Amino acid sequence: MATLKELSAREELFSGGHRLCAGCGIPPIMRLLLRSAGAPVVATTATGCLEVGTTIYPYTSWRISWIHSAFENSAATISGIESAYRSLKKKGKIAADKDIKFLALGGDGGTYDIGFQALSGALERGHDFLYVCYDNGAYMNTGIQRSSATPLGSATTTSPAGSAHPGKGQWRKDLTRIVVAHNIPYAAQASPHNWRDLAKKAEKAFNTEGPTFLNVVSPCPLGWYSKPELSIETAKLAVDTCYWPLYEVEDGILKVNYKPREKKPIEEWLKLQGRFKHLFKEENRWLLEETQKRIDSEWERLLEMDGKRVF
Amino acid sequence: MAGEKKKRLMQGNEACAEGALYAGCRFYAGYPITPSTEVAEVLSARLPTVGGKFIQMEDEIASISATIGGSLAGLKSMTATSGPGFSLKQEGIGFACMAEVPCVIVNVMRGGPSTGYPTGPSQSDVMQAKWGTHGDHPVIAVTPAYVQEIFSETVRAFNLAEKYRTPVMVLYDEIVGHMREAITIPEAGELEVVDRAKPECPPEEYLPYDQRYEIPPLAPFGEGYRFHVTGLNHKDDGFPTNDPGMIEEGNKRLLRKIENNKEDIWCNEDYYLDDAEVLVFSFGSTARSARFAVRKAREKGIKAGLLRALTLWPFPDKALKDAASRARAVIVPEMNLGQIVEEVQRHVAGPAVEGIHRVDGEPITPAQIIEVIERYA
Repeated sequence: MATLKELSAREELFSGGHRLCAGCGIPPIMRLLLRSAGAPVVATTATGCLEVGTTIYPYTSWRISWIHSAFENSAATISGIESAYRSLKKKGKIAADKDIKFLALGGDGGTYDIGFQALSGALERGHDFLYVCYDNGAYMNTGIQRSSATPLGSATTTSPAGSAHPGKGQWRKDLTRIVVAHNIPYAAQASPHNWRDLAKKAEKAFNTEGPTFLNVVSPCPLGWYSKPELSIETAKLAVDTCYWPLYEVEDGILKVNYKPREKKPIEEWLKLQGRFKHLFKEENRWLLEETQKRIDSEWERLLEMDGKRVF
Repeated sequence: MAGEKKKRLMQGNEACAEGALYAGCRFYAGYPITPSTEVAEVLSARLPTVGGKFIQMEDEIASISATIGGSLAGLKSMTATSGPGFSLKQEGIGFACMAEVPCVIVNVMRGGPSTGYPTGPSQSDVMQAKWGTHGDHPVIAVTPAYVQEIFSETVRAFNLAEKYRTPVMVLYDEIVGHMREAITIPEAGELEVVDRAKPECPPEEYLPYDQRYEIPPLAPFGEGYRFHVTGLNHKDDGFPTNDPGMIEEGNKRLLRKIENNKEDIWCNEDYYLDDAEVLVFSFGSTARSARFAVRKAREKGIKAGLLRALTLWPFPDKALKDAASRARAVIVPEMNLGQIVEEVQRHVAGPAVEGIHRVDGEPITPAQIIEVIERYA
């Protein structure tokens, strides 16, 4: 893996000056991702914060070939691009040894929900590409509506906390596990606070033939009602509370990449975010307990699978 | 005073949600999309407090499908979206036409095609509302222009959907969707609220598509009436058929039930129409500019008039023909590159027909309309 020094010496392919919010988790993820490719990258991006915030005319943050297609089809669009390149190579119009990386990007709405079918199809067909989901746990671009990645109890504009409901009523979809079930060669969860782990995973994913997937937690001060200056700490706490475990599944073998020396109570992560404020009221105490219980059991399950073949 | 208490400053999308609740909507399935999202946001908070159900679905197709399901279960159901979502919903809209499932689809129009201009207004989905789904089918679309009217037209949309067992579209644009105006919430009973006709026969005699009726009564699932619903061409009992006669009759009845009731479905505003020599035909937020332009023209002594469609589909050809018979020109301002103007040309013989079109995300101004009115004065 490239060292920090090597990474920092590489060309910046994701330019500053974009309109993403202060404290947004997306830019550090993208910068590290593109630096880890080690070859020319063609990227597709689903409608969402990343797309809107980086391409407001007449500016673009992308120093690579980049296309925004629509909300639901980032993975389908990259499928077409990758297939065409493969065909061009076969015809000799592109040198057979030319290495080009294909990257599909989407937020949790464009990945877990409306883009899920396209993602599943592309993984099944086996295109040689990397899909990266920046998971900030809601539709932030349209104004903080719940998604299937939104945590239990979170208040959003379509799962408001009030007398009828204490925020979102469902546990989040475990997309990484669903992606793993597609038997692809590499899938992992990462976080922007752990740059070394993220860069290593990106590099591995880019250099693995076939479909690969990274699910990266991405703090959103706007939708999480968290302090922008605490975004990286917030991401770190998501990992240290085991809400967002860092793990990978490589050729069917699961590996937990980080085991916190001291697993922190989930409340420490929740209390940094206004979207969970109501959970600290006495009448919602049960939701906190349920969340902790579920996280504990999912973490234990993950530890049981550590080092084992999961498919 | 009680009346004054109910006066509120309200956003168009909020008025749509409140109108739906007034009409008895108790089921909403939707997906976030600018500039319609506030409809969902308001209903996510309001529906649970009145015993209704709000569901956010995983995409646009799921939203229209759940809306159809909610309606078949017997609840007045609605979904809201904008351009790209309206495109994705088209198959479901066709299904609702074919299976004759009452439901309301709100489309807060934004610039297109594709992702287009999500935060800018447009009126470029008006032909898609009519012809977006494949096959021949009837369509009802209402086009409010004011926040107050978004409330009342949403109520009317539900009434028409329930009465005619058909999907009804509420088409307005980003301008009125996001505009805040003072509105008066009508008292219960002040506006008509129509509920769908239920069968009076025993379940074993029930035919969901009984050809003896123009609009057959619809039994809610779960009340003992077992029946078949499909998007395939079907017989009167709902089961698919390959019989050419039944296929034709089924398709024709779909059109007939709207065609025969146009007088009931139509709604227009006439403004200085009696002696208008220069007629402006308009709808939605553009009609606000048109109304102002007509008033200004009158002040200048020009005999201008406005025919404003609140029902755009079925097309108000009768009122248009009548008004156009006294006019030397018909001006059609619309925020698209020429959609309704062609429909006007189809129905008007004699007067000149001229469109005013704008697709830069800015509204058509009164000045633009006055300029054309003056040319025909």
